[in-house]
Amino acid sequence: MINFVRHRKIPYALSVLLILGGIVSLLISGMNLGIDFAGGTVLHLNLADDFTPAEVEALAGGIPELKGAVVQTVKGRDLQGRLTEGVVIKSAYIEEGRRNAVLAAFRERWPSLGPDDLRVESVGGIISGELTRQALIALAVAVAGMIAYITFRFEFRFALAAIIALLHDIFIIVAVFSIFQIEANVPFIAALLTIFGYSVNDTIVIFDRIRENIKRKKKDEYAAMVDRSINQNLVRTINTSMTTLLVLAALLVGFYYFIGSFDLIAFVIALLIGVVVGTYSSVFIAAPLWLDLGRVQSRRLRRRPA
Amino acid sequence: MGNKKNKRKRLVLFFAACLLLSGLAYLVFQVALGTDVGKKMLAWTGKEDIGIKRGLDIAGGLYVLLEAKETGDEKVDADVIERTMAVIRNRVDELGVAEPVIAPQGRNRIRIELPDIDDPEKAREIIGSTARLSFVDPNGEEVITGANLRRVQMMRDPEEPDPFISLELDKEGTKRFAEATGEFYGQKIFIVLDEQIISDPVVNAVITDGQARITGHEEPAELALLLRSGSLPVELVELESQLVGPTLGRRTMDVSVYAAAVGLAIVVLYMISFYRFAGFISGVALLFYLTLVLGALTLLPTTLTLPGIAGLILSIGMAVDANVLIFERIKEELKNGRTVHRAIENGFQQAFRTILDSNVTTIIATVVLFALASGPVRGFAVTLFIGIVCSMLTAVTLTRALMRLAFRAGLVRSSRFVGVKAA
Repeated sequence: MINFVRHRKIPYALSVLLILGGIVSLLISGMNLGIDFAGGTVLHLNLADDFTPAEVEALAGGIPELKGAVVQTVKGRDLQGRLTEGVVIKSAYIEEGRRNAVLAAFRERWPSLGPDDLRVESVGGIISGELTRQALIALAVAVAGMIAYITFRFEFRFALAAIIALLHDIFIIVAVFSIFQIEANVPFIAALLTIFGYSVNDTIVIFDRIRENIKRKKKDEYAAMVDRSINQNLVRTINTSMTTLLVLAALLVGFYYFIGSFDLIAFVIALLIGVVVGTYSSVFIAAPLWLDLGRVQSRRLRRRPA
Repeated sequence: MGNKKNKRKRLVLFFAACLLLSGLAYLVFQVALGTDVGKKMLAWTGKEDIGIKRGLDIAGGLYVLLEAKETGDEKVDADVIERTMAVIRNRVDELGVAEPVIAPQGRNRIRIELPDIDDPEKAREIIGSTARLSFVDPNGEEVITGANLRRVQMMRDPEEPDPFISLELDKEGTKRFAEATGEFYGQKIFIVLDEQIISDPVVNAVITDGQARITGHEEPAELALLLRSGSLPVELVELESQLVGPTLGRRTMDVSVYAAAVGLAIVVLYMISFYRFAGFISGVALLFYLTLVLGALTLLPTTLTLPGIAGLILSIGMAVDANVLIFERIKEELKNGRTVHRAIENGFQQAFRTILDSNVTTIIATVVLFALASGPVRGFAVTLFIGIVCSMLTAVTLTRALMRLAFRAGLVRSSRFVGVKAA
């Protein structure tokens, strides 16, 4: 049996460190927001093989609409394994009427750029602001709903511990995206939503065991009981996160090797971090935290004059 | 002796059930993925329009969100939005899109989705053209605009050799047109599209009922098209657009399907190596889980987007969780000295509450997102919701049924069936 409770200060410290690092990174460099949040236009063009990034950049530099645009090369493969290359150009919002002119400039150089092998996404400022607000409201309401349900089925202390662990997970994903400046778009929200579910799910399974063991508990052995509960669930925790991580690994390899699209890779990375952190926090943060919250509670009760 | 016979019967039943479920899975996968086999099957049943609706990021196509801007005399209300949508619908129909979505969003917005089109660039141009159509009198005064046109049709009169164009005007247009045709009888009215005169018919009747005809035009079909897709009643500003060439989306879809197959194989192998025979049963349950999810996505009016697919693939890994919980409980029961039969029954019973509570919290998150979010995130919430409900259902029904059947068929004798070494 592993003694999680006795050594709980180590993961506590680790988490506080991660969170502090995240806050510093967010304050200094912020998030790398994609067009879904920041607005802008993205052109993804699968040019024929004969291009160099420098050439594309030079061409883009000559188009006034693409002033300050970022050009990235995307390497992918078709299902026969042949390498396909394209470019992704990210720029400020290009007005609808001007986009065709931009495309025409590229077609002059690469006549084979047909209508079927490109992607053009544009998001104006109004929408990107709405999206951020919507996401935050949804997050708050979902947290409230979960607190209500867990309080109803368990008790408030479980709800508090589970939500703290959840917000911890979400924040660490955000922090990693900030530290490595990985671009966040709508799929990022989808990933956070998935982890939202995964993290709480993982925590509840352990809490369920604590709830069950409370009834059988002898006097004054809360710490041992929490340890027992975590250990009884350990194989399940490992197996479920393993199967999930294996599937994500398959997805990551597929997207990286064949598509090379940054958006999708970022999405899978967010999920991978989330599964790892979500599993870690259920075992090392949520359950010990539940214990500590109880101690705070009973100390306060004791201090109150009878 | 009778017992042995029964056992053999149940053994056959068990494998028949597994085969049947695999067969069903195969058929549903074919239909859901829209393969040739799936299409043939649908054609055979006569329900060819069934299939998972693919988002633009997969199918390719065009998505535009437009906002109507108030101009001087035209207030933006439901009626204006309705009329604007009608004009856009006319233009889109000229493109021949199979399933266009043109819907109002909020008070002053219009959402357009045109999946599966070959040339989304051209479509964007056609929808967005703010072409201004107007009928101008000989003094250069505007009589009516394209917004006053209710209906434009090319028709034939059996008594005349050439086709003509019939125009139907709205109330305001009828009034103005009646005045103008009265005042300029015998003179020319100019039809101007983007400062270009496209027709200049002579007024040969005073039109008071809003039903006008243009006869003798050289290319009536072309003119009808120009008139029909005429001008929008208000100015539209693009808020957001996404234009995806079909090749790019197609490839991502193919890769995702391969990743799903590989992921599924890995998970099943992992489960079998860890839980032995019980792992095999969870593999069958997982296959059925995917069948249910794909079936639900096929039948429900949801749109599958790339994050949705990735979420589905992820759910393959998560769906076994319920099975893992059950098997771990069974193992515990066995270690506590229960008989195999009791261990199975207790295991399911005790795991049920855990499965329920842990999944309801996730369901709450998806319901909130469905209610509050819009667009792709909303679609993703639906996909996730379906996934969770289906995984719960299969774990507490199918895994249980198969496990009981396997026990009674004598396939499960010692505690080794969940990977516990015999004591």
